[in-house]
Amino acid sequence: MANFTRGFTGGARRGGDTRLPPGQYDTGATWPVLTAELTPTIDLETWTMTVDGLVEKPTTWDWRGIHALPSSSYFGDIHCVTTWTKFDTTFAGVSVDALLEIAKPKPEATHVMATSTTGYNTNLPLDDITGGKAWIVWEFDGKPLAPEHGGPVRLLVPHLYFWKSAKWITRIELMDHDEQGFWERNGYHDRGDPWLEQRYQGDA
Amino acid sequence: MTEAIASSWTTGTVREVERFGETYVRLRIEVADRHDHVPGQHYVVRLRAPDGYTAQRSYSLASDPADPLIELMVECLPRGEVSGFLHDVVEAGDELELRGPIGRWFVWGGEVPSLCVAGGSGVVPFISMLRYARRMGTASHLTIVASAQTRERLPYIEELEEFGAFIALTRENHGDRVAAHIYPDELAELSKGIERAYVCGSAGFVSFVGRSLGEAGVPSDIVRVEQFGATG
Repeated sequence: MANFTRGFTGGARRGGDTRLPPGQYDTGATWPVLTAELTPTIDLETWTMTVDGLVEKPTTWDWRGIHALPSSSYFGDIHCVTTWTKFDTTFAGVSVDALLEIAKPKPEATHVMATSTTGYNTNLPLDDITGGKAWIVWEFDGKPLAPEHGGPVRLLVPHLYFWKSAKWITRIELMDHDEQGFWERNGYHDRGDPWLEQRYQGDA
Repeated sequence: MTEAIASSWTTGTVREVERFGETYVRLRIEVADRHDHVPGQHYVVRLRAPDGYTAQRSYSLASDPADPLIELMVECLPRGEVSGFLHDVVEAGDELELRGPIGRWFVWGGEVPSLCVAGGSGVVPFISMLRYARRMGTASHLTIVASAQTRERLPYIEELEEFGAFIALTRENHGDRVAAHIYPDELAELSKGIERAYVCGSAGFVSFVGRSLGEAGVPSDIVRVEQFGATG
């Protein structure tokens, strides 16, 4: 075919913004909601967060326990595989590093599976959730994270497409191998780097 | 039926364009090197400017896998970069970059007795399921509920009526049914005997239907969801 689409200039949207990864657009003030399952109702009295698998000390935190850890926040952009990017978001919670410091990953751990209360799961290399790159968050823009956006608590891995930031997170299991999660089994990429446009299985 | 993973981009030639007022445009496209889809799957359409800038969006297929063309019904969103182009500019004979079929969760293979609940353009994947079910003789396994503000806002309404879909218009009467959102007791009646439910629509619609399905006694773990659109 021709190497461009007849009649398309892209002039309406393009701002030459270098913060937009390839194929993404700025969603502005909106925040689209995309899930595969219904939004669950989560009771904070019974909610827990567990880090287990290949760790020295499998640990479970309740709502108060996780709030007792040093707080940490993220300010920056988030990118969804459905092509929206949201600039300048603010999330607050704890760094995943703080949880792993307590649970102590074993040397053979290379990947994790993050699991939601709904059963949704997603796989990540351990390197992608350590070193200040991932958070467990419960606040967005200074307010409690809304249930449809994964509240009360979600994983936040903003340097990867947002399906990796599992909503309603309840468990991170450390593993010595990679294993596909929900969307990865259903055709999406195992890593999901927006700057490399790793959207679907088969992308480089 | 194969469940091919779409790993590369291909080219589609637009064969038919039909515009429905300001709201919808139907594109029927011939796809090179096409893989069969499963009803419920989507394609990505990518537009490319002469300087290489691209914009891409996903659209559910309305067509039966046996259809020689794929069919998209695109809702034109305000300032929609891709939908606006497809509505205003595309003509028969144009070529588009396409990738698909994609998604293996919001799909129906024909065997599982299912309830499908759609809001507005959320009906599109269910049209693919409906056409497939008719051809395979499994229409008795498919119950479709479609809601929109008015007839004009519900694409494929004639085809839905002919299929026997339950139609709930919220701003005008539909036959004997007075304008109203879907009631939980209506969903309770329609969900008898189902083993799976699919809900497709805006985030607000999906949230509303999810609560109603819960009230109707449908367990949340048999509900599959596809959402689109923006919230504030």
